[in-house]
Amino acid sequence: MKKHAIVIVGGGPAGMAAAVAAYDRGVTDVVILDREPRLGGILQQCIHNGFGLHKLGRELTGPEYADVYAQQVAERNIPVFYETMVTSVSPDRVVTARNREGILKIQAEAVILAMGCRERSRGALNICGTRPAGIYSAGTAQKLINCDGYMVGKRVVILGSGDIGLIMARRMSLEGAKVEAVCELMSYSGGLTRNIVQCLEDFGIPLYLSTTVVQIHGQKRLEGVTVAQVDENRRPIEGTSRFIPCDTLLLSVGLIPENELTQVCGIPMDPVTGGAMVDERCMTKVSGIFACGNVLHVHDLVDYVSDEAERAGKGAADFVREGKASEGAYLQTKAGKGVRYVVPQQLRKDTGDVDLFMRVTQPFGKVKFTVTAGDKVLAVAKRLKAAPGEMERITLKQALLQDAEGTVTVELEEL
Amino acid sequence: MIYDVIIVGAGVIGAMAARELSKYQLKVCLLEKENDVACGASKANSGIIHGGYDPEPGTLKAKMNTEGIELLYEAAKELHVPHKNNGSLVLAFSEKEDETVRALYERSLINGIAGLSVISGDRARELEPNLSDKVTSALLVPNAGIICPYALTIAAVGNAMDNGVELKRNFAVAAIEKAAQGYTVSSADGQSVTGKFVLNCAGGYSDKVAAMVGDDGYTIVPRAGEYLLLDKTEGSRVSYTIFQVPSEEGKGILVSPTADGNLLTGPTAAKVATPDSREITAEGIEQVQRLAAKSVPSVNFRQVITSFTGVRSSGTTGDFIMEPSKKAPGVVHLVAIESPGLTCCVAIARYAVELLQGQGLSLEAKAAWDGTREDTHAFRDMSDEEKDAFIQKNPDYGRIVCRCEQISEGEIRDAIRRNPQARDMDGVKRRTRSGMGRCQGGFCGPYVMRLIAEELGIPMEQVTKNGGDSRMVTERIGE
Amino acid sequence: MERKITCIICPRGCPMTAVIEGDSVKVSGHSCPKGEEYAINECTNPVRTVTATVRVDNRRDVMVSVKTENPVPKGSMADVMAQLRKITVQAPIHIGDVVLEDVFGTKIVATKEIL
Repeated sequence: MKKHAIVIVGGGPAGMAAAVAAYDRGVTDVVILDREPRLGGILQQCIHNGFGLHKLGRELTGPEYADVYAQQVAERNIPVFYETMVTSVSPDRVVTARNREGILKIQAEAVILAMGCRERSRGALNICGTRPAGIYSAGTAQKLINCDGYMVGKRVVILGSGDIGLIMARRMSLEGAKVEAVCELMSYSGGLTRNIVQCLEDFGIPLYLSTTVVQIHGQKRLEGVTVAQVDENRRPIEGTSRFIPCDTLLLSVGLIPENELTQVCGIPMDPVTGGAMVDERCMTKVSGIFACGNVLHVHDLVDYVSDEAERAGKGAADFVREGKASEGAYLQTKAGKGVRYVVPQQLRKDTGDVDLFMRVTQPFGKVKFTVTAGDKVLAVAKRLKAAPGEMERITLKQALLQDAEGTVTVELEEL
Repeated sequence: MIYDVIIVGAGVIGAMAARELSKYQLKVCLLEKENDVACGASKANSGIIHGGYDPEPGTLKAKMNTEGIELLYEAAKELHVPHKNNGSLVLAFSEKEDETVRALYERSLINGIAGLSVISGDRARELEPNLSDKVTSALLVPNAGIICPYALTIAAVGNAMDNGVELKRNFAVAAIEKAAQGYTVSSADGQSVTGKFVLNCAGGYSDKVAAMVGDDGYTIVPRAGEYLLLDKTEGSRVSYTIFQVPSEEGKGILVSPTADGNLLTGPTAAKVATPDSREITAEGIEQVQRLAAKSVPSVNFRQVITSFTGVRSSGTTGDFIMEPSKKAPGVVHLVAIESPGLTCCVAIARYAVELLQGQGLSLEAKAAWDGTREDTHAFRDMSDEEKDAFIQKNPDYGRIVCRCEQISEGEIRDAIRRNPQARDMDGVKRRTRSGMGRCQGGFCGPYVMRLIAEELGIPMEQVTKNGGDSRMVTERIGE
Repeated sequence: MERKITCIICPRGCPMTAVIEGDSVKVSGHSCPKGEEYAINECTNPVRTVTATVRVDNRRDVMVSVKTENPVPKGSMADVMAQLRKITVQAPIHIGDVVLEDVFGTKIVATKEIL
């Protein structure tokens, strides 16, 4: 069996940033295993711009952002196993993978899980009607169009107003398709305002809120969909349905962290994020196994993925050098009123300032976040606006944290 | 070229008949209207090997079921089709239903089936801890099992082809006319084949095919059944196949593990317009969830990975109709093969061969016949060491294409190369399970499309989901 | 003339109103100077970065992603696409390589490396 200090599962933005950070922290025996023939993960198909503003101070496309990190990996001569699929990770950190050369087994001192996420396919399931060709998840269509060079259709309805769906509305319009409508089940869009303006309004594409697809028509290829408005319980309202002819239905109904390896390994999961429960350095509850990026929780900006992955890389490097760190002095975190989840789920209080990441439960106007532990306030943060689509970050200062006791709870009140 | 036998329809019955006929020195042609085999009732059904207690004594269904069980287990082994003899339980929820359970037991004895027993509700819950508290008694059916119906059909056709049977796809029979020798069978788009004998295995369209030779007395009443298939995480919710006794609400919804390790719930029963009316309805989904929960309240329907509808080829007599044509000598009809048709498929195929023999077909055994088919899932079941050695020789098996089911490029290429070749996305999916997992083909779809285009030597624009106009992409960008 | 504009500068997404009279644009509803500037630009000279793909001639089914080096007038996006559809490129190609010169005052550059 081969041995490496740190094995990173996945060479997307999270895996690359984690590898570089671990290396720069002094642990140079790092390897990346990736299922694709090149680094970058899903960024390679995200050819639109808007990446890197926070992290790199300039606006890049997805492949360009990936290239910045791929170069850093190359400069450090970090080995990458391409077209290599990890099939299992054991709790004692044996990573099993498969590629054209055979079955690969590596004993690692630390493992960083960075498998990313996948699109929810469930959107199509409860739709009545037939199952013809022409129904794609938005990301699959994005791959076919942007990497392989094939149009998936000419007349399109998009279900779900997540960012990938919005980006694809623009992309298909630019390639000459007619995007008839974007339908959103909720009463608000989960996408960034910027994308609603530049991907829909620029092209005159209507966004129908509180609207869903209730029937799929067509035997061999999609011939149209019936859409209807929904009530507050998301049930179709009688008399509001109408038929939209189309040959393509794109589903952009959410992303799910891809955690099959994590679950088989027996790593405790957070049912709300769909990712592992981690501490402030991104270590899961299985010692020596870390998780970062979209496999941990779905991020809205890749810049934040890179930040998180750097914490995981540093954490893993420190773990390798210092051996098992003390795990006794953990504080648990908790999502209070108005907050859907908080990452990390637990934190050590003596390691410096700690950033908490969270999402709110619904769109709010002006809000105040309060972080408390017991009866002590650890931090307060005000925002002019908060929405489920935008991740919030609040920093807890070491000075306040070190004496904290009890559960760290984040809640918000609308001002 | 004149065939000895033309089989119309490559569902499980046509497939098994082809395999049965391939044992003899005969030129056999199997016609299928779709782009692949197993595209009708054989692709979407419960996949159950029924224990034989249900058919009315004295019927063909009863005879075929009693004979068919062991024959099917045997064929499944020879063809390496995923199956399991997991047994079934038929649940009663009231005193009245307790009586039905006892009646079914009595009927099993009349049908010549041994080994069944009536057990108490408590005993049933011991065997199957997730059953409802309300179960009052149950029929325990140890000989029942589960089998993947389309894998069986594909394997039987493949084995028949390996033994010389010819498969013609996209051949929708439109006319059968008397020829100098036998019959000329033709399609609306100008294809035709001639054969001395014709075996009608056209499933949902068997009445229409019979009418082409003047036998217009059959009527198929297509009845749709909707199913919900759940993730493998729910696959061990039950180990037996759980039925309910027939009640006012219909024949009952089953809850069963599948041969591939998922959990299956369904089917509903609703008359539909045509055998191709495979729509999902809101009422159907609701009914399946409600009635499945009656048997096994803890089924987690949030783990549903797909819903599908199958259409039964039911007749009007309640029994299978298997007989020579009244008008056209040499033509044999197999009509109204509904449940338990899958269980009976080998027995029916043998019965059909006897009927053809009765019409004058002479049968001389082939010396070189081989009834076994290589295990297409062998790689999946290997240990890491065996896999490693296999990949050294076949590197394509090292490249995983379908993440969810861990299917490699090698397995997909094999599916496109071996009899009967997969020619479309659904064909690859049914043979390899690629795209059947949680992501439903989101990641592997584009990759599989490329492999199909490459192996078949066609442009990407011609790759289809399931033949005809079901193209996956519409045009190349930049041209 | 009056125009409703949603600000995209920050997540707040202020609903702004721009009143256009001749050469002057008066903005209301904004919360910061950046928003006002964005609204004025949207009314006088709206620009967008176009990102798309170009087929790589000597690689099977491979596209190289490209972008306009600087934003182009919003109304010219369809024209930019039409020009891109007509061309192909040869691998190897590197990030920043110019794919097409002189497109509405800027260049089209590759955003992906194809070896």
